[in-house]
Amino acid sequence: MDILDFARGPALQTAVYVFIAGILWRLLGIVMLQKKPDFSQPRKKTGLGAALGTIYSRSFSAPAFKESSQYPKILGYVLHIGLFLVVFLFVPHIVFFQDVFGLGWPGLPNNAIYFIGVVTVGCGVALLIRRMTHPVLRLISNFDDYFSWFVTMLPVVTGLIMPIRFGVRYETLLAIHILSVSVLLIWLPFGKLAHTFLVFYTRGTTGMLLGRRGART
Amino acid sequence: MSANTEHEFDYDAKRLSVKPPEVRVDKQGDIPDDERVTKAMAHFVKDFGSTSAAYLDSCIHCGMCADACQYYVTTGDPQYTPIWKLEPFKQAYKREYGPLALLYRLFGLKKKVSIEQLEEWQHLLYDTCTVCGRCSLICPMGIDIASLVSTARHGMFKAGLVPHELYAVAERAEKDGSPLGVTPEVFEDRLDWMEDEHDVEMNIDLDEADVLVVMSSIEIQKYPASMAATAKILNAMGEKWTFRTDGFEATNFGLLSGNLEWQKDISMRIIDAAVKVGAKKLILPECGHSYFALRWMGANMYGKPLPFEVLQISEYLADALNSGKLKVNKVDSSVTFHDPCQVSRRGGATEAPRDILKHLGVDFREMPNGGDYNWCCGGGGGVVTIHRADDMRYKVFKIKMEQVETTRADKLVSSCSNCRQNFDDCQSHYDWDYTMESLLELVAENLVEDQA
Repeated sequence: MDILDFARGPALQTAVYVFIAGILWRLLGIVMLQKKPDFSQPRKKTGLGAALGTIYSRSFSAPAFKESSQYPKILGYVLHIGLFLVVFLFVPHIVFFQDVFGLGWPGLPNNAIYFIGVVTVGCGVALLIRRMTHPVLRLISNFDDYFSWFVTMLPVVTGLIMPIRFGVRYETLLAIHILSVSVLLIWLPFGKLAHTFLVFYTRGTTGMLLGRRGART
Repeated sequence: MSANTEHEFDYDAKRLSVKPPEVRVDKQGDIPDDERVTKAMAHFVKDFGSTSAAYLDSCIHCGMCADACQYYVTTGDPQYTPIWKLEPFKQAYKREYGPLALLYRLFGLKKKVSIEQLEEWQHLLYDTCTVCGRCSLICPMGIDIASLVSTARHGMFKAGLVPHELYAVAERAEKDGSPLGVTPEVFEDRLDWMEDEHDVEMNIDLDEADVLVVMSSIEIQKYPASMAATAKILNAMGEKWTFRTDGFEATNFGLLSGNLEWQKDISMRIIDAAVKVGAKKLILPECGHSYFALRWMGANMYGKPLPFEVLQISEYLADALNSGKLKVNKVDSSVTFHDPCQVSRRGGATEAPRDILKHLGVDFREMPNGGDYNWCCGGGGGVVTIHRADDMRYKVFKIKMEQVETTRADKLVSSCSNCRQNFDDCQSHYDWDYTMESLLELVAENLVEDQA
């Protein structure tokens, strides 16, 4: 078994299992905890609608907070959208997904993806610099923040160097790329990257709790 | 818990207070430090459910909450970042209770919380957080940070780590029924005085009534005219209403200090009185946190839905004016309104005062960032009682002054007597032009003579 076989086979498979089990463990460990009944008379009846409303509305800054949060918000937006496009609209990725799930979709031209990839890494670097220099972020950041940044950027960077090659065999570069994705999948459930899933639960919960009071969510 | 909690009340002060203690970190009781930490954590998680767990588990350390907090914005000191105020509790959650606790302990990733940390955090959880909830609105993860501060205070209280003044005030409220020493006799005396002074009929201790009215000790002692104003309006409305000497105190220092049992005791006095008289409505006074305590937490203290409706006085007035049951004269003045955090942002009754001002026909001038995004006056959450927090309280009030001055309004009104005493105190500190007025009193002064 060469390194590519290892990366594509046991490494990626194990990573996917750890990813699924980890996410389930983390989410169920939170969701299954007790929920105290709230006997107060609601001002507004709330349900899934309120949850979905806040899941949507918290994607944007309220006017009161626009000025202070604009810079990280824009960078964050570009980073997240960039990651999404690179992961799901790069043709070789789509071929991979089609292989696994039997479902394909149209992608973007490779050059567009490379451009998006570079912009995404650029935003990542800008956010990292901000984290390392802003007094608030320096204080509240820990290992998780830096390591999560590293494992998120790694697959993008290893993907971007593939067309450049640096004289390395394509198979080796692909193996490194897949291994970096495996590391990301394994880490995701355990650190802050779990916000991929948790964000829906926390925003939704707040939307329902504050919404029943008729308060701003 | 007796050591270090004996404090003389300072009745000459401009606000509710006890004489200042000398120590920097306050501790109640004679408990070994290890036990304090254990107790803090045990009681932090006692009322802990899936919501708090999700909140503590999902912070992405983006730091945006700092910019929503008056303490950070005023000082630029990163320790005032709202989510950082929860750090020891976040740490303990991840190490001891979270779904990944085993991994954290196994690899020694999170240290055990120390007594030194908790001592340091007393300043962050009490002196510099009014639980105003502005940070809860900026969080991109939707974490309700303010609710976590309240939960953390449960732990701090049981660990005996509450600022002395707040502890003493809460203890007095639990023992005597009022944080300011308003006994039933004092209450009745004050009511009698207002009855004569304002020539208004007071209903005291009726056996049956549709409406039970409660008051804040701050009003009873510092702004007694609000009692007369309330009575005048309810009489004009032809309501069958009463004050009760066995359930009159609206403030809840159990809630503010973090003692759940006291919070329940204090709420139950009112709930029991309302049930006894068969009230259909409970009217809460101009007091922010009492609205939160009874409107949103009262039923949970009672353990079942309350058999009556709970309204803040401004909601009651807005309903009465909107339905035409109450009529007021027009007021020829420009007015700006300070939103009490617990009524507007946290309580959802933001529109009520605006409706009232519309009926009064004033030239209403919204402050920049008014309404739900209003800046707290800095006196809420028990902070106004804590002496060592005074300098900081004055500092953050500058944001408020700027907000108010921008409107160039003639009058500044609000519907919270705790905000009002903070405004009064800061006004004299800065020799400021604006005097905070009561919205309720403004309505009472402008009632149409013939309501029929």
